[in-house]
Amino acid sequence: MFSHIRTIWLTFLHLFKRHVTIQYPEEKIKLRPRWRGRIVLTKDPDGGERCVGCYLCAVACPVDCIALQATEDENGRRYPEFFRINFSRCIFCGYCEDACPTYAIQLIPDFEMAEYNRQNLVFEKEDLLINSQGKYPGYNFYKVAGMNAGVKEKGEGENEDAPVDIHSLMP
Amino acid sequence: MNYLFYISSIVAIAATVMVITRHQPVHALLYLVVSFLGVAMIFLSLGAPFVATLEIILYAGAIIVLFIFVVMMLNLGRESAIQERQWMQPKTWIGPSILTAILLGELLVLLTMGGSAPMPQQTVDLKKIPLSLYGEYVIAVELTGFLLMAGIVGAAHIGRHKKKYLHRFLKQEEEAV
Amino acid sequence: MQHVWIVLGVLFVLLNIAAGLIWVERRMLAMWQDRLGPNRAGPLGILIVLADTLKLFFKEDWIPPFADKWVFIVAPAVVVGSVLMSFVIIPFTPQIIVSDLNVGILFFLAMSSLGVYSIVLGGWASNNKYSLLGAMRGASQMIAYEVFMGLSLMGVVMLTGSFKLGDIVNAQKDMWFVVKQPLGLILFFIAGIAETHRLPFDIPEAESELVAGYHSEYSGMKFGMFFIGEYLGITLISAVTVAMFFGGWLGWSFLPPWAWFFLKTFVFILFFILLRASLPRPRYDQLMETGWKILLPLALANLMITGAVALLVRG
Repeated sequence: MFSHIRTIWLTFLHLFKRHVTIQYPEEKIKLRPRWRGRIVLTKDPDGGERCVGCYLCAVACPVDCIALQATEDENGRRYPEFFRINFSRCIFCGYCEDACPTYAIQLIPDFEMAEYNRQNLVFEKEDLLINSQGKYPGYNFYKVAGMNAGVKEKGEGENEDAPVDIHSLMP
Repeated sequence: MNYLFYISSIVAIAATVMVITRHQPVHALLYLVVSFLGVAMIFLSLGAPFVATLEIILYAGAIIVLFIFVVMMLNLGRESAIQERQWMQPKTWIGPSILTAILLGELLVLLTMGGSAPMPQQTVDLKKIPLSLYGEYVIAVELTGFLLMAGIVGAAHIGRHKKKYLHRFLKQEEEAV
Repeated sequence: MQHVWIVLGVLFVLLNIAAGLIWVERRMLAMWQDRLGPNRAGPLGILIVLADTLKLFFKEDWIPPFADKWVFIVAPAVVVGSVLMSFVIIPFTPQIIVSDLNVGILFFLAMSSLGVYSIVLGGWASNNKYSLLGAMRGASQMIAYEVFMGLSLMGVVMLTGSFKLGDIVNAQKDMWFVVKQPLGLILFFIAGIAETHRLPFDIPEAESELVAGYHSEYSGMKFGMFFIGEYLGITLISAVTVAMFFGGWLGWSFLPPWAWFFLKTFVFILFFILLRASLPRPRYDQLMETGWKILLPLALANLMITGAVALLVRG
């Protein structure tokens, strides 16, 4: 009986406490940079697509909401022919970002994606691709990769030795 | 006031007729409630507000609710209404109705023969009721109390859990000890 | 003619209070839960009342094909009707009272006992398992709590020697009955919560167990009637508590009598809402056990002691 009265009193005291409600459309919540929201495809500092169409994100995705088709340009640089994310399925787990070897796919702090039409939640590559480097500025995959894809000659990348002449047997 | 008396009497009688003729038990009970309300209204128009409110509190408010409660629990559906309809053949009700009609006729004759006495229009003071209950009619009240006590004791006896129902594992354990 | 104006005025005020309580309850509940509550429509969100009412009016008024049509329609009317009838005996001021019956409190008890029918009939007519369970619970709960609701008020009646609410209020000129009858107040208030089946005793509805209990199948304004009936019930219990135990319209003279009455009533309405915000729902059997085994004997003991003391004092 006493505990009931105490409960009533404590609840009454809540009248004088600050409310925790954030009045959303006028007052926005502060999102941290690592907040997992809308998925984007970033570009490297030169303005080329980072994505190399390795399918690792599609494999990692637990709800299978990512679909893409890889292709190559005339220099042998791989890029996705189409890249489609169905946000009505996406659960914003961030596994695709973890799986991505080239920092191309990233989750950004933005959640305001409500739509009246469900079909509008299927984002194509031109919707996903942003003109920014995202969370990893300065990173350019083809600069550190071994192959020549029109970005740099073989052996001229960062921290890369000149290619070994395999015809010479000298150690 | 006389008009109120006649209106409520007609309502009460009509409701009671409906109680008898309804096939669905819950509907019959609802008409019974209306009948009780009509009777309460009659009491009120005769200057007995205490009895009128008690009629509503006890009969309409508690006893009929219990009736409806039981009917709800029994889950009497359409089948029971059909069965009721089969039981209500003219040969079952025509005899009693003729007899009752004769009585009603006698009553009407008596009512029309006797001169018209004015209806007593005097409100019963609330204090008179307990005084007469615990003064004049104290034995009746006590006897009613005995009767109700017997009913309560009987109900308590029926409702008592004598046996302890144990799960068979626990029973075995108890037997082992 | 004056009677008609009083009836119309009381009806108008009561229905407005019942509607306004939608907003009051939601705002206050929010405050006690560190939220804001409805604050968009109009100043402080008070137009939510209008929005809610309009919404209820324009919703589909659906009668399920498996329901017992007429009983289904009558049930919501019973709840509002019986509660509004009870307000007949409430003395708002010495002048503003519809009818100061000499069986006042008994009339209130009679009308509140008729209120059970709305639950029972609504639950039964819906022809739905959850509704029926709610109706059964409601019926047994209200019958159980009605018994000592009456008994808890009889202490006050003994001290006054009258069933008239006007006399009872006048008898509190020197001292409110809350001082002489604290147990009676507590018992009456608990019974009142159970009678209006408000939280924490909302066992007939119990959203978490029975969908919405006895009014699961109701929609539109029929549901609205249950809704209004509940708020009117709160107001009624608060008003009766004030009249019986807290001196009704009596108060210092800087406010008119009606203001005192409404102020006191409003405090109790807020207390109802506070109870909703703070206490969890007891189990059905716990509720019945408390009612029959603890509160009823307490009410009887209160009655006996009050009677004995009253006899002693009068000599």
